[in-house]
Amino acid sequence: MNDECRPYTLIAELTYRCPLRCPYCSNPLDHARHENELDSGAWCRVFREAEALGVVQLNLTGGEPLLRDDLEVLIEQAGRLELYMNLITGGIPLTFERLARCKALGLRSVQVSIQSARPAESDRIAGAPSFHRKLEVMQWVTALGLPLTLNVVLHRDNIEEVPDLIALAERVSADRLELANTQYLGWALKNRAALLPAREQIERARTVAADAKARLRGTMDVLFVTPDYYSPYPKSCMDGWGRRFLVVNPEGLALPCHLAHGLPGLRFDNVARRSLADIWHHSDGFNRFRGEEWLPDPCRTCDRRRADFGGCRCQAFHLTGDAGATDPVCPLSSDHGLIEAARVQAAERPVSFEYRTGRSVVQS
Amino acid sequence: MSNGTTGVTAGPRLRSKVRLRFDRRTGRTLLLYPERGLELNDSAAEIARLCTGEWTIDDIARQLARTHAEVSPVEIDRAVREFLRSLADRGLLEGHR
Ligand code: SF4
Ligand code: SF4
Repeated sequence: MNDECRPYTLIAELTYRCPLRCPYCSNPLDHARHENELDSGAWCRVFREAEALGVVQLNLTGGEPLLRDDLEVLIEQAGRLELYMNLITGGIPLTFERLARCKALGLRSVQVSIQSARPAESDRIAGAPSFHRKLEVMQWVTALGLPLTLNVVLHRDNIEEVPDLIALAERVSADRLELANTQYLGWALKNRAALLPAREQIERARTVAADAKARLRGTMDVLFVTPDYYSPYPKSCMDGWGRRFLVVNPEGLALPCHLAHGLPGLRFDNVARRSLADIWHHSDGFNRFRGEEWLPDPCRTCDRRRADFGGCRCQAFHLTGDAGATDPVCPLSSDHGLIEAARVQAAERPVSFEYRTGRSVVQS
Repeated sequence: MSNGTTGVTAGPRLRSKVRLRFDRRTGRTLLLYPERGLELNDSAAEIARLCTGEWTIDDIARQLARTHAEVSPVEIDRAVREFLRSLADRGLLEGHR
């Protein structure tokens, strides 16, 4: 079989439920119920089918995966399949004993996200006191000998903290530090004027991160993800649509990207009704942006098309209304003016952002 | 990173976060670690398996020279060091700086 499209990683979104309420989260708030969540049996079958398809890495995420009572059952199944399992968590609610149990069942690594290096600020953004608990969880992770990834979503209000975040990551002996700028889609796109850092902020943060990366080489991996708005070219979407990643959401929809079901005119299938292999190879949604036939101009003839595949489909849709358009981040896109305008706006005075408090918040 | 035991080891050892896994689809060995993976060719897989801490770099090179008689020992030595360096840069080795 041709391995041009082979999923190496399954991103299993186990639940939409979450005890925190970070404003930039892409979870739909009105789905935070669990009647529709896949049950243990269905997830175990998904893991088996995924492994048979070529998946070797499994990200257990959410919402907050710790809210699944059957997390241990799922980990045990994935462990038997020898999947390299990464738990992506806010760290609440967790006990040392539960984490140790998960490790014994085959959990291989843990990613904890914090919102800021400053406790009060982190709690404010997360909407709940959580910082100190997260620190404790990080200590449990390393005490158990599990590699720890510290993840921070950067935006205008915390990007100046990059030096502190690096220091914190060193203090907790993180194995990786992910400094990821917000993706401006959904809520973040609506609040872009408040969230998008100015160019100098990005440059400064990037330099500090690059120095740390060089200094810590071999000990801790420091990743800095520049926001698309300041990148010379678009990033490839998940290494290419339906190429390396497979997302299954809490209700069982199989997706090439966790936001793909927000794109109009695409049909995605539920793992409860169709086998994963069939969905991956033959479904309309997965095939829609594979290969090169669908590529718009100027991507069609561009040398970079094998590197970025025309960029992010969600971004193209949310900015231009056409999911099949060239990502406007690209300077060759006829809509690139939208990006330039946002950069200009970011140079203006900051406004503070609004909270996600409940159903009233607009989701796209 | 102070990760795990510091037994008396002579040579490079894969960090405990690393898993080697046979890939049924390609017949190759995959070296997995958080969020990443490397597909190893046969000699890289051979080297990776010898990274247990018991063998020095010289031991590893000698072992490979035995199974790859067609390649000169000098070249093998260089290839082994290069590969180990690339693993160390990725933070995948202990006892190799
Ligand atoms: S389409 Fe965009 S949001 Fe979706 S995975 Fe690709 S890059 Fe990410
Ligand atoms: S034209 Fe298309 S393929 Fe070329 S760099 Fe721009 S987005 Fe990428």
